[in-house]
Amino acid sequence: MDSKAAQYWKANLRLLISLLVIWFVVSYGFGIMFADALNAIRIGGVGLGFWFAQQGSIYVFIVLIFFYAARMNALDREFDVHED
Amino acid sequence: MDLNTITYIVVGATFLLYIGIAVWARAGTTGEFYVAGKGVHPVANGMATAADWMSAASFISMAGLIAFNGYGASVFLMGWTGGYVLLALLLAPYLRKFGKFTVPEFIGERFYSQTARLVAVICLILASVTYVIGQMKGIGVAFSRFLETSYEQGLFIGMGIVFVYAVLGGMKGITYTQIAQYVVLIFAYTIPAVFISMNLTGNPIPQLGLIGEMTTGPHAGMDMMARLDQVVTDLGFAQYSEQVMGSKLNMFVYTLSLMIGTAGLPHVIIRFFTVPKVKDARSSAGWALVFIAILYTTAPAVGSMARLNLMNTIQTGPVGEMTANIEYAKVPDWFRKWEATGLLKYEDKNGDGRIQYYNEKNADMAKKAESYGWKGNEMVKVDNDIMVLANPEIAGLPNWVIAIVVAGGLAAALSTAAGLLLAIASAVSHDVIKGMINPDISEKSELLASRLSMIGAIALAGYFGLHPPGFAAGTVAIAFGLAASSIFPVLMMGIFNKKVNRAGAIWGMISGIGITMLYVFQHKGIFFIPGTAFLGDMKPDWFFGISPNAFGAVGAVVNFVVAIAVSKVTAEPPEHIQHLVEDIRVPKGAGAATDH
Repeated sequence: MDSKAAQYWKANLRLLISLLVIWFVVSYGFGIMFADALNAIRIGGVGLGFWFAQQGSIYVFIVLIFFYAARMNALDREFDVHED
Repeated sequence: MDLNTITYIVVGATFLLYIGIAVWARAGTTGEFYVAGKGVHPVANGMATAADWMSAASFISMAGLIAFNGYGASVFLMGWTGGYVLLALLLAPYLRKFGKFTVPEFIGERFYSQTARLVAVICLILASVTYVIGQMKGIGVAFSRFLETSYEQGLFIGMGIVFVYAVLGGMKGITYTQIAQYVVLIFAYTIPAVFISMNLTGNPIPQLGLIGEMTTGPHAGMDMMARLDQVVTDLGFAQYSEQVMGSKLNMFVYTLSLMIGTAGLPHVIIRFFTVPKVKDARSSAGWALVFIAILYTTAPAVGSMARLNLMNTIQTGPVGEMTANIEYAKVPDWFRKWEATGLLKYEDKNGDGRIQYYNEKNADMAKKAESYGWKGNEMVKVDNDIMVLANPEIAGLPNWVIAIVVAGGLAAALSTAAGLLLAIASAVSHDVIKGMINPDISEKSELLASRLSMIGAIALAGYFGLHPPGFAAGTVAIAFGLAASSIFPVLMMGIFNKKVNRAGAIWGMISGIGITMLYVFQHKGIFFIPGTAFLGDMKPDWFFGISPNAFGAVGAVVNFVVAIAVSKVTAEPPEHIQHLVEDIRVPKGAGAATDH
């Protein structure tokens, strides 16, 4: 792999890992492991941990995917590996 | 017009629509049959993926699971959505770049092995067939319950519809019918949800109603969730907003299994082969999740509110006051209607003509109940499915809404069945017939072979629908376990680790799927045959308290570890394979369609 492709791949991995950390924190962290503690904070009529487990994590997942798609489009152009 | 006539009209109209689309979107080439000619717009593919993904279980059963498991059911909500993040970031763009027709085809080329391809075909067929049985049953049950046909007649009608558009149109026909089916099912799901949320909380948006306040009745001004917690705990049930499923560890592993399984299910993955470009595969996963989230974020509102309505219907006032339990003679119509179907069952144990619904297994509650003169819980059966099916009637909605819910349930089951059948048929015709038996097969003969494979797959699914094997009850959970422990890890390593080789992939898949099946069988019986479970199906016997349904994630870890270890001690993949991996990592050079 030439160094440009290697750099592109490294940038991709960095982005992937940071997004997967968020993915993990909102679902397994906020939604499960720390749900009880977060429930002390209320969002409307429900605890924040409960809300993340049944609503919030799903919204964050959507944002993560679109953010990744947009960032990768920019990276594709920056490293000149985009299609057509 | 009576309910039956309206239901026939609405369901009939949706079926005509699906057939019309099938005729319009006939497939003329294998490329169209397998991947819709790779010309599907990413938003359209997202919508089709949502219908492909959301099965009869999502539509009919999930709200009920949430209603009775409360917070614990979060595993399904997060597990069945979070997998799309894995799919979009780790698999879909690279597999689209690879640009072929099936999942086993990628595994066979990346691991330069027909054996690996065959193992992948077997894993795919096991996962997809177990999954499709549930859909066929859903179709039969929906017909027999609402359209007064027999279960068998319903099943044959469903098979006939799928036959028309899947055999004629392949992936192309399936894609456009799935889009129509998504529209039907999402209307059917959200209309009753909006009304039930308005009735209880005055908020037409169910997602806000869930966190809102009650606006009607003696408890107006109280948080809906707080009221629900109070109602269920007063009757000895677990507190809705805090009850866990098994343990926190089990919830963690279960969620992980469902996420990995989602990302590894072949019928979902192949949907991302249909978009024109690599960047479309990325955004299309996001659109799919948007369309899925509309239903999945509504479901917690439906589940909690339907539970509250059910409890309030039966327990109309303070627990312990005799008159606070509804008289059986005065129950609403929907109660009797669903009693007739067997989904609700009432036994007047203390002979007072009133209904007592409480948790008799809770010792404190049982003691209190005795002092009230109650002789046990009298709602001996409350089926999960009632929460969606009876919702329109509980909310007092007109007949046409009920008819749309029926059409929505059928749309959910049909769309998922068709996607699964295509995954099976393409594995048979493309991976086995063209890939292994007759590589020189002509384009025209392969198209014929794929149509015949589709017919065979429909017949097989129909057979299992008519004669559900003993293990049918646990099938969907098994499908996730199989996909999580076999397909996902191998695909991911194939892209992210150049050093994983043929032997590693084969042994990884076999050990991952093997240990998952062993764990399920030892606790649930070999192929679920009662009495053959050599370790009890009881919590104390579970490995760290992990339920068999949640074990797929452990199988996936085993797959990763074995594959990497075996690859370390055997020869590296050849040079050209390492170049192949480098090539799929960059979008540049992905053709609009690949010649075969």
